[in-house]
Amino acid sequence: MKTLVLVEHDNSSVKDATLSTVTAASKLGEVHLLVAGKGCAGVADAAAKIAGVGKVHLADDAAYEHQLAENLAPLIVDLMGHHDAFLAPATTTGKNVAPRVAALLDVMQVSEIIGIEGDKTFVRPIYAGNAIATVESSDPKLVITVRGTAFDKAASEGGAGTVEAVSGAGDAGLSTFQGSELAKSERPELTSAKVIVSGGRALKDSETFKELIFPLADKLNAGVGASRAAVDAGYVPNDFQVGQTGKIVAPEVYIAVGISGAIQHLAGMKDSKTIIAINKDEDAPIFQVADIGLVGDLFKIVPELTGKL
Amino acid sequence: MKILVPVKRVIDYNVKPRVKADGTGVDLANVKMSMNPFDEIAVEEALRLREKGAATEVIAVSVGPAKATETLRTALAMGADRAILVQTDDEVEPLAVAKILKAIADAEAPGLVILGKQAIDDDSNQTGQMLAALMGRPQGTFANEVTVEGDSVTVKREIDGGLETVKLSLPAIVTTDLRLNEPRYASLPNIMKAKSKPLDTKSPADYGVDTAPRLKTVKVNEPPVRQAGIKVADVDELVGKLKALGIA
Repeated sequence: MKTLVLVEHDNSSVKDATLSTVTAASKLGEVHLLVAGKGCAGVADAAAKIAGVGKVHLADDAAYEHQLAENLAPLIVDLMGHHDAFLAPATTTGKNVAPRVAALLDVMQVSEIIGIEGDKTFVRPIYAGNAIATVESSDPKLVITVRGTAFDKAASEGGAGTVEAVSGAGDAGLSTFQGSELAKSERPELTSAKVIVSGGRALKDSETFKELIFPLADKLNAGVGASRAAVDAGYVPNDFQVGQTGKIVAPEVYIAVGISGAIQHLAGMKDSKTIIAINKDEDAPIFQVADIGLVGDLFKIVPELTGKL
Repeated sequence: MKILVPVKRVIDYNVKPRVKADGTGVDLANVKMSMNPFDEIAVEEALRLREKGAATEVIAVSVGPAKATETLRTALAMGADRAILVQTDDEVEPLAVAKILKAIADAEAPGLVILGKQAIDDDSNQTGQMLAALMGRPQGTFANEVTVEGDSVTVKREIDGGLETVKLSLPAIVTTDLRLNEPRYASLPNIMKAKSKPLDTKSPADYGVDTAPRLKTVKVNEPPVRQAGIKVADVDELVGKLKALGIA
C-alpha cells in the first residue's frame, strides 16, 4: 500500500506530530510525504531525512502558506490518484484538512486512530475515551488522522527520501488568511513534553496560577497544561487546555493540581504513564486514576514542593 | 440570510458511558440524552447573528431517530424558527450526514451553516468539513469568534498554537469551539411556544442519500483500567516518589 502523509511544519521545521504519523503510515506500507507551504524547500529536505520515507512531494506556492483547507484539499486529492491512504496528524491542522479530503474522495475518514490491526482495521477511542472501538473500512481509499501519543516517533535522521516538486490548482479563491496570535512559550510543547504540570479551577486566578504552577513546571522542565475550567476562567489561554476537546497528551508524568478529574479532562490525559494528583478533596475523581495522590491544600503544598525540588 | 444549524442527540455529557458486555457498542438504554454541547453553542451563535440583524431565519436540522424531535424542540425553544428532522433508526456516519445536509442546503440556500466541531459520542470531528467539501464552499472550523460583514464572514479559529483569523466568502460553513459563546437556557414560555413551531419530518431517501455505513464496527471494548494508586502523606514523600521516577 502506498501512503501519503501530510507534513505539519511551521515553514522552518517538521513538527513532532508528523513523526508519529510516519510510524503509523509505515505499518501500512510505503511512506510518501507531502510538504505544502511557501518557501518550505528546507522543510522538504529535512522531511526526506526521516527514517523510512520514500518520496517527498513538495508543493511550494503562496496559496499553501497558511495550510488553508480549501486550497490544500484539492492538491491532496490529486496526489491520492497515486496513493491508497492519506494520513494526517490529529492536530488542528490535520483535523481541518483531512475530512475535506475524505468527502472529496467520497470515503469515510477514520479519526484519531490509536492502533492498526490490519490493512483496513483500526482502533480508535470514542465517548471521550470511555470506549475503544475497532473499525474496518470498506472504502477503496483510506483517509486517517493519527493520535500522536499512540505511536512512537520515527527517527528524524537516517532516511534517504527524494524530493519531487508538485503543483496544484493553487488558490481556490474561497478563503484568505488574516493573521494569527500565537502563544509564545519557552517551555516544552504540551503534546511532546515528558512531564506536564496542569492546573485547574482551584488555582483561583491568573496570577496565582502563574505564581504556583509555572515555577513548579520550570523546576521539572515540564510543559504547562490546564483544565477547561481554568481556561474558561481566563487563568491561561485556550491552547493550554488538556481534554476531549483540547489537547490529548500522554507524558511520562502528569501532575494534576487542583483538578477534580471530569470525564472530559481525563479523556486528554489518562494515557499518561504516571499520574500524580494534588487535591484537597479526597473524593475527587482524579484520585481514581492517579498513581500517586496527595490530599491537601495546594496553596501550601505546591510552594513547598517547588522549594524542595 | 438563512442560517442552517445541524444538531445531534447524544448521551448527556455528564453520564459516564458503559460498554455493553457483548462488545457491540455503548449501552444507551435508559441513559439520559441531550443536545450535543457544541451544537448548543452553534444554535446560540445563529440566534445571536439573527439578533444582530445578520440573519433572518434560523433552521435547526437533526438526522436521527424519532426521539431527536426532543433535541429539535430544544433548539426551537432556544429561539430557532423552524426545524427539520431527517428520521432514521440507523446510525448515520458523518459522510452520509454531510450528504443529507448538502441536499437540505441546496433546497434552503442558507448563507451560513453552523455546526458543532465534534459530537461527544463518536468524537469524529468531520461533518462540517465534509459538508464544506461537498458544497464546494469555505470552512471556518473550531470558531472562537464569528463576524459577518457583507458577503463574507470572518472567523477567529482555535488552533494548537493559539488563534488564527480567516476570512471566508459566503455561503460558508462554520464549526463551533467551546469558547465561542455561552448558550442560553430556554425559558418555560419559550418551551411552550416551541411546541407550535413548524417541524418537518423527512427521511434520508427523500434526499436520495444512501446511509449504509462505510466503517464496520468490529467490536467495542472498555479502555484498559488503571491500577489503583497510592496516597502519600506529605510533600517529602512526594519528592521521594518524583526522584524515584527520575524527574526530580
